[in-house]
Amino acid sequence: MFIKRLRLVNFKNYRKIDITFKSNVVSLIGRNGMGKTNLLDAIYYLSFTKSAINSSDQQNINHGEDFFSIIGTLNKESKNYKVQCSYQNGLKKVFHVDDCPYEKLSDHIGEFPAVLISPNDTDLVREWSDLRRKFFDTLLCQIDKEYFQCLVKYNHYLKQRNSLLKLFAERKNQDRELIEKYDLELVISGSVIWEKRRDYLAAYLPYFESYYRKLAGKEVAQIAYQSDYAKGDFYENFKKHYARDLATQRTGFGIHRDDFEFLLAGKPLKKIGSQGQQKSFVIALRLGQYAMICNEKKFKPILLLDDIFDKLDDERIKSLSKILNEDSLGQIFITDARMERTQELVKEIEAEVEIFEVVKDGVHKIS
Amino acid sequence: MQYPSKLIEDAVSEVSKLPGIGKKTALRLVLHLLKQEEIVTSALSKSLQQLRQEIRYCATCFNISDTDTCNICASHRRDKSIICVVEDIPDVLAIENTGQFNGLYHVLGGIISPMNGIGPEDLNIDRLIQRGSDDVVKEVIMALSATMEGDTTSFYLTKRLKPHNVRVSVIARGVPVGGELEYADEITLGRSIVTRSPYNIAD
Ligand SMILES: Nc1ncnc2c1ncn2[C@@H]1O[C@H](COP(=O)(O)OP(=O)(O)OP(=O)(O)O)[C@@H](O)[C@H]1O
Ligand SMILES: [Mg+2]
Ligand SMILES: [Zn+2]
Repeated sequence: MFIKRLRLVNFKNYRKIDITFKSNVVSLIGRNGMGKTNLLDAIYYLSFTKSAINSSDQQNINHGEDFFSIIGTLNKESKNYKVQCSYQNGLKKVFHVDDCPYEKLSDHIGEFPAVLISPNDTDLVREWSDLRRKFFDTLLCQIDKEYFQCLVKYNHYLKQRNSLLKLFAERKNQDRELIEKYDLELVISGSVIWEKRRDYLAAYLPYFESYYRKLAGKEVAQIAYQSDYAKGDFYENFKKHYARDLATQRTGFGIHRDDFEFLLAGKPLKKIGSQGQQKSFVIALRLGQYAMICNEKKFKPILLLDDIFDKLDDERIKSLSKILNEDSLGQIFITDARMERTQELVKEIEAEVEIFEVVKDGVHKIS
Repeated sequence: MQYPSKLIEDAVSEVSKLPGIGKKTALRLVLHLLKQEEIVTSALSKSLQQLRQEIRYCATCFNISDTDTCNICASHRRDKSIICVVEDIPDVLAIENTGQFNGLYHVLGGIISPMNGIGPEDLNIDRLIQRGSDDVVKEVIMALSATMEGDTTSFYLTKRLKPHNVRVSVIARGVPVGGELEYADEITLGRSIVTRSPYNIAD
């Protein structure tokens, strides 16, 4: 996939810009706070229908305005598409491809895939399991529509079940027949999700492991999938938890409690990994995501690298440039605050590189 | 928007609470009413007030009615062995308009959705089960929206009706895709009632 042109109106710090990209490697440099990450976020919007940073569409409107729009000319498998995302205060966000609106925004997911590697990714290591689940959900939703549908269903019924438990507590009554329906639905969609997480993880691991090796040498990185569903007898287990669920007013069994444990040499990465090791781990996670999407879709997603060189030693930066060179990646956007470091890297990269400077409210091509 | 008078502002704010009416339309309607003879506005407010105070619901099916038992429930020409369960009153009107259904109705008054604070006891369910236990009733048709909540409600009612030995069926789906019965066109809605299928739940 390739972005040929990007137009932004009132998106974050940008009032109006129109940029044309010609190369496979696009480097964006500029001082802190000039809008490099925002530019990547605009591309992210075109792929995921939302921001990677700020989930409120409204806050992504340039301060003082009342709408934004992002228009990209994308080339996929030698066909051009005009992809447009517009949001106006108080209205529903709309997405158009070649001027046709989607009936549901979710129909867009996976159509124009992108992978973002961002400085926040190390949260995946440190924070709670929901971020790790979200990482795999985002990957699987892009490549498997059934997974996406099951996940939507599961989350919806889970919310209903938890609300029902609260309603029981409030009204001091209960209704086994109703809760049973929710259990049944959670078992049905939950077991699909569980199987797919297990199977896709097995297919994903070789990509991930190979990237980690390329970045960090011989250390062994692993991911272990943990799920209540591994216990089997889903339906029985829901019933078994019923009494406790009534007391806690939430559902204590199910795939919403799954975790993906990150391990380095068999030990928890969170505890023993250095910052650099953690960073390598999450970069490998993302590159693995990239490779998996390539394999499923048979074309290359856009790769967005935000401040990727931060916290990596020279050795690892070299390994990374080697990956960028060798693995015939598609179009890549790289942001960096330091001109010299970018120029160093550009020397190493064999593909054609365009450099843009991001200054206050504007983006200029410098080479 | 700035209004020249607080009275207008209040009236606009009330009228714009109606579905599909924005502030602009509300203002237009309010100014229109002001231009009419006073009797027009008092007739309007009187009829609304009366509607609110005197409206009654059929004690059997909860359809709107001027009497204790609605016209449909009271009619000799209706087949009393079939009950069609719907979410709300507009659904009754929609199905009546198809001319394809000759049984009775049961209006639930909503759909089970705990996250909106609606549990089974908030709906007219007990009366339905009671009706289902009458030997005259042979079949109950679930005509609820094709959403997860519609499905949950159908499932729940089916479970509750099970001991009473009535056939439970569901209208052909795929008709009101994600939408409500009210918006399905008459021909497809009529057909979906005629070609309903048995509703099965696992034990
Ligand atoms: N809705 C908005 N309207 C106007 N400006 C905004 C809006 N949202 C964010 N900004 C501005 O965008 C700037 C941040 O831009 P961004 O994060 O892209 O910078 P950056 O170039 O990536 O910086 P760094 O090198 O520090 O990562 C902030 O100064 C912020 O005030
Ligand atoms: Mg940034
Ligand atoms: Zn009646």
